[in-house]
Amino acid sequence: MNQNNAYPVLLEARHLSASHGQLVAVREVSLQLKAGEVVALVGSNGAGKTTLMRTLAGVHPASGGSVQLTGADVTALPAHRRVQQGLALVPEGRRLFADMTVRENLLLAQEHRGERRDGPPAWTIARVVQALPALAPLMNRPAGALSGGQRQAAAIARALMTNPRVLLIDEVSLGLSPRAVDEVYAHLAELRLQAGTTLLLVEQDLGRAMAFADRVLCLREGRIVLAAPAAGLDRQTVTDAYFGMEHAA
Amino acid sequence: MIDALIQGTLLGGYYAVLAAGLSLMFGVMRIINLAHGDLAMAGAFGVLWLVGLGWSPWLAVLVTVPAMGAVGLLLQRWVLARTLRSGVLLPLLVTMGLGALIQNGLYGVFGSEARSLADALGELSWASWTLPGDIVVGQLPVLTLALGVAVLAGLQLLLNRTRLGRSIRAASSDPEAAALCGVDAAGVHRAAAAISVALAALAGAMLATRATIEPYGGPLLLIMAFEAVVIGGIGSLWGTLLGGILLGLAQSFGALVSPQGFQLGGHGLFLAVLGGRLWSQYRHGLGLSVWPVPRPRAPARPAAAPVVEVQP
Repeated sequence: MNQNNAYPVLLEARHLSASHGQLVAVREVSLQLKAGEVVALVGSNGAGKTTLMRTLAGVHPASGGSVQLTGADVTALPAHRRVQQGLALVPEGRRLFADMTVRENLLLAQEHRGERRDGPPAWTIARVVQALPALAPLMNRPAGALSGGQRQAAAIARALMTNPRVLLIDEVSLGLSPRAVDEVYAHLAELRLQAGTTLLLVEQDLGRAMAFADRVLCLREGRIVLAAPAAGLDRQTVTDAYFGMEHAA
Repeated sequence: MIDALIQGTLLGGYYAVLAAGLSLMFGVMRIINLAHGDLAMAGAFGVLWLVGLGWSPWLAVLVTVPAMGAVGLLLQRWVLARTLRSGVLLPLLVTMGLGALIQNGLYGVFGSEARSLADALGELSWASWTLPGDIVVGQLPVLTLALGVAVLAGLQLLLNRTRLGRSIRAASSDPEAAALCGVDAAGVHRAAAAISVALAALAGAMLATRATIEPYGGPLLLIMAFEAVVIGGIGSLWGTLLGGILLGLAQSFGALVSPQGFQLGGHGLFLAVLGGRLWSQYRHGLGLSVWPVPRPRAPARPAAAPVVEVQP
């Protein structure tokens, strides 16, 4: 793994495992995310990416190993307590509250976030709208009436309102048109530039993942089979790891 | 005829308050609380007990309703939350047992005698206004309807304008997504249970002002609440009021036909609406479910392939 010791480790998984009944979906995964880092998690369907993200966020129970957030063990904490400590997940399918307006979705997250004295200034609705200007005309619209790209932007905004130290985004571009994907990545680039948000993204589009992230992790059959800096990484190496070719990294 | 129309409409406020609590608990926790009517009866007897100690009926209601809310909170914390982990059947059985416990407890303490708050209310219990056309409208039924509307409006404001209300809506819509916003679902469930039981107690007190109550009367109240919810449609407070009013109208018009028609009219409307709903759902291929089926959650995808050892 890329070890950049200039930044403190914000999120760390140690030998993390998770199962669906008898089926082991995540097998002893260890990873680290440093402050300001953007890491892309790639892998085929069924590789365990979503289960790993859900286990990190606390909505799926770990069957082994631990999750540390800024050095504190949060493995036993339920999801809402992890959110209050600064670990936010934008889940697959966005999961906005369709009968609430976008503003209410954001307010809900703001009202339940934990108080922190350290770190960057707290996110406010005004600041989120500044970072994601596409949301400005949508604030009073029911979340159920948004398009796919708008829903993704609103879901990211809602997660930001929890003041995350680390933001996990599952399936960034799933179900979005190419134009909407461009918009979402423009938003993420803006966030990275303005706020230095630490991101762990699940992305099916290898090209996007490699172009946007600092590091790429490839998950196959529940294990990390490739972990490398995105710069200088060639696509064939990732593809080989993705499909389990014998010269995978 | 006009008298039946007015009396039926005025009954709606009481039924709406009774049904709103049942609907709230189902909407948030997916629990059909079979002890709801008995909790209403317990609230009514609580008010009667305080009045018997010399309290003003209004003060007794003001104390009993929040006290019963606290009972609801503790009930959720120590009993219902535990049953929720074991599927849908256990909460039904536990609330049924709780209902029997309350009935026998009330019988043990207060005996089988039917009681009422009418005496304690004095003149208000029989005072009325006479409208043009010699139509007589009781002041207490009007006050009951006004209180019911005010309670529902307050509940609507709570759900739409407050932090707790947004949490309740979020946790009832998608508990996992709510947790990902930092919402403590267990805390929300306790708050919803407290509101639900407080509403039941208020409805019980409303009933005691205009009719007699007795320890084993809870199941009948549960049926009325269930019918008002089904007629008005779950998930809408004002739908609950409409359901309550329609139920009251059906009962009042039924009573015009025969004394037994009061109950039969309400049950008949309930069965007609239920039959219509089931037929409509069946026609649209949605199955035969009385209650709306909860929206399916996004499933976590299991690993598809057998695990093969890979060395990075």
